[in-house]
Amino acid sequence: MAVNETYIGIQDEPLQDRGWGAVAIDLIRRQPLGAAGGLIVILMIFAAVFAEQIDMYDPEVNDFGAMLQAPSLDHIFGTDEFGRDIYSRIVHGARTAMLVGFTAAILGSTIGLLIGVTSAYFGGWVDNIVQRVVDVLIAFPSIILALAIVIILGRGVGPVIVAITIPLIPNCARVVRSSALAIREIPYVDAARAMGFGHVRIVLRHISPNIMAPYLIMLTTFLGQAILAEASLSYLGLGVQEPTPAWGLMLKSGAEEYAESAPWAVIFPGIAISLAVFGFNLFGDAMRDVLDPKLRDR
Amino acid sequence: MKPKTLKMLVGTTAAALLLAANVATAETPKRGGTLNFVVGSKIPSMDGHMEGTFGMIHPIRPFYSTLIRVNPENPSSTTDFVCDVCSSFSSSDDGKTHTFAIRKDIKFHDGTPLTAADVKATYDKLVFPPEGILSLRKKFFSMVETITTPDKYTLVMKLKYPSPTFIPSVAMPFNFIYAKKDLDTHGYKWHQKNVNGTGAFSFVEHQPGAFVSGKRYDGYHHKGKPYLDGYKAISAPKMAVRLQAIRGNRAAIEFRGFPPKARDDLVKALGDKITVQEGDWNCSLLVTPNHKAKPFDDKRVRRALSLAVDRWSGSKALSKIAIVKTVGGVVFPSHPLAANKDELTKIPGFWTDIKKSRDEARRLLKEAGHSNLSFTLLNRAVDQPYRILGVWLIDQWRQIGVKVTQNAVPTGPWVDSLRKKKDYQVAIDANCQSIVNPIVDVSKYLGSASNNYAQYTDEPMEKMHAAMSRSGDPAEQRKIMRDFETRLYGEEAHIIPTLWWYKINPHRSYVKGWKIAPSHYLNQHLDQVWLDQ
Repeated sequence: MAVNETYIGIQDEPLQDRGWGAVAIDLIRRQPLGAAGGLIVILMIFAAVFAEQIDMYDPEVNDFGAMLQAPSLDHIFGTDEFGRDIYSRIVHGARTAMLVGFTAAILGSTIGLLIGVTSAYFGGWVDNIVQRVVDVLIAFPSIILALAIVIILGRGVGPVIVAITIPLIPNCARVVRSSALAIREIPYVDAARAMGFGHVRIVLRHISPNIMAPYLIMLTTFLGQAILAEASLSYLGLGVQEPTPAWGLMLKSGAEEYAESAPWAVIFPGIAISLAVFGFNLFGDAMRDVLDPKLRDR
Repeated sequence: MKPKTLKMLVGTTAAALLLAANVATAETPKRGGTLNFVVGSKIPSMDGHMEGTFGMIHPIRPFYSTLIRVNPENPSSTTDFVCDVCSSFSSSDDGKTHTFAIRKDIKFHDGTPLTAADVKATYDKLVFPPEGILSLRKKFFSMVETITTPDKYTLVMKLKYPSPTFIPSVAMPFNFIYAKKDLDTHGYKWHQKNVNGTGAFSFVEHQPGAFVSGKRYDGYHHKGKPYLDGYKAISAPKMAVRLQAIRGNRAAIEFRGFPPKARDDLVKALGDKITVQEGDWNCSLLVTPNHKAKPFDDKRVRRALSLAVDRWSGSKALSKIAIVKTVGGVVFPSHPLAANKDELTKIPGFWTDIKKSRDEARRLLKEAGHSNLSFTLLNRAVDQPYRILGVWLIDQWRQIGVKVTQNAVPTGPWVDSLRKKKDYQVAIDANCQSIVNPIVDVSKYLGSASNNYAQYTDEPMEKMHAAMSRSGDPAEQRKIMRDFETRLYGEEAHIIPTLWWYKINPHRSYVKGWKIAPSHYLNQHLDQVWLDQ
């Protein structure tokens, strides 16, 4: 217990008393990989938000005078077969990746949270039905389910977000339900019920906040998964459409014809995808280490 | 002897002398070996009469003969046709009667002798198919009135009117000659899954989705041929697989064509072990505005979209990355009926001054009240050349202020949207044909054509086409074709042309005897192919 008390002592120190710099240094010291992941995430978000300010060229404009140029001072990541600047397309592609990734991850984990908590709270036949539906959805590999949904809904950013969100929901619902089952038995939930609070209030105000830890862990894990799924769908030609910049689409265009003669057309989008997924996964792992009491003292 | 028959004989003799002179200097073919080639598609059925894909032609055509065919020694010619199962053919002076003398030395692979009755039974199926039997090219023979066999080795086709499209239609590679016995005994659907032809190779095996193999038919009627012992057509839908197959010498050739970059990579990697054959392709990529979707019912909007496209500079750039090259009108570029550059540059959309063209496009959009036009472009999710052209077109239209989003879908939904749903605004489409037969080829641009998806009616164009089809005078045909072209692309802009496809066939240098044709459907009987190893 002594170890835990010491740890909790550091953890519980109010942020306003320490300053963000100290918090950052503390995080880097305790979670160096997580901090590196966080830095990558911040860079990706920065690129997505300020794409117009940091790009070098319009990412959609063809320039046949500059087709398939190798990296140079004019085009630091080179150009593709239409003479488009690959650096600018990667920066703008971050916007597509972040938009799809964050939206799908937030929607998937939040809807999963509500379904999981509701299922655990009511139990009985409600739980039974919800969990069987979850079983059915989990039985499909995520990418296959996403493919089927895109084929039904069509292409574009909206359908891709829906296609990536739906396979995430049952995974989150299953994890959240197990936590919610334990919390449901804690006396304060009985007390809330005894005080006459409605189901909605109990689920939203009393149970959900207490399972924020698994929720946040799932959310950060989903971010990487969603970015990878978006890139996969785009690579398969089912995601966003040309000429919109998207990393998977760039990889697809370059991979088959230009992998040998213009490898930069493949390498840089590949690095962008790998780095984003790596960053979000590191960040997610660090979040889990910080938020999961069982892992705190490891 | 009729004058036309005499002309044909003189021509044939001259061609034979020319060929003899060539043979004297050309390499002597070697016999033996198996040709492995890759096919970027699968076989829907083995019945040539109901199919229109290279996925069937490349593996199956070597099992069959046709009545006449494009000269295998001169397949790039748009007018050079020679006999296959016939020994000669002639036309009457009024152009309404065509007589074919059938060779007497031909047997089907099962040993049945071929007679005029087999050819008649074949053409009866092609021209007058019974209810429920699909003959994909039936409309090409709409001028045929009767098919008769005055004797065992003579076939006569009488036409309702003389038509310059008739002979090229007969030479189409899909018109496989079937045995009357097979059609009578097994029915008209038997050939979808079974093979019995008179081609250079007899059927050995078909592993669906994997390969088709054939072996030399020793009783083949073109004496001394084929040179190969056999062939294996390997199905490989992914281009990277096909490329690597040639690079690793697992296959020697792919007959459809590769993009320029793939050619360059192969040449760079294999040097003189690779030979490249290139030429214009009887296939043009089109933009089809849906005339029933606003504002594309307004010809000013359609003309603006055409005027925005810089075909001349696009040709130079796109030919480096896509299987397109030549700027041309409605007719295959090297055909006598095709527009020359002077004629072409008079048509709006083909002007050489792109600034003037785009200024006019903006003016037309403003006049039509659509200065801020935006729409969705339906495209086929196939890289070459559809995706490339789609990206290029979107950039071209951006330059007159038109914002376009692309909806690239797989072939099935793309065809469904064009043919059945008709729910698109503007779509990318193609006009791909086999034999260069301009008057038939341009029938796609008629509002009445079943493969025209733009949903318009244009009576003057229908009349022009009918006049061309029945005119025996090439000068008159050419004049009408110019009017037809100007109305289609310029005045009405019913269809917006882009570029003609360009066929690039890099293959192992030891493959000899195969010559590139204007279509990936042509010259695929393989009887003249040999291996120099």
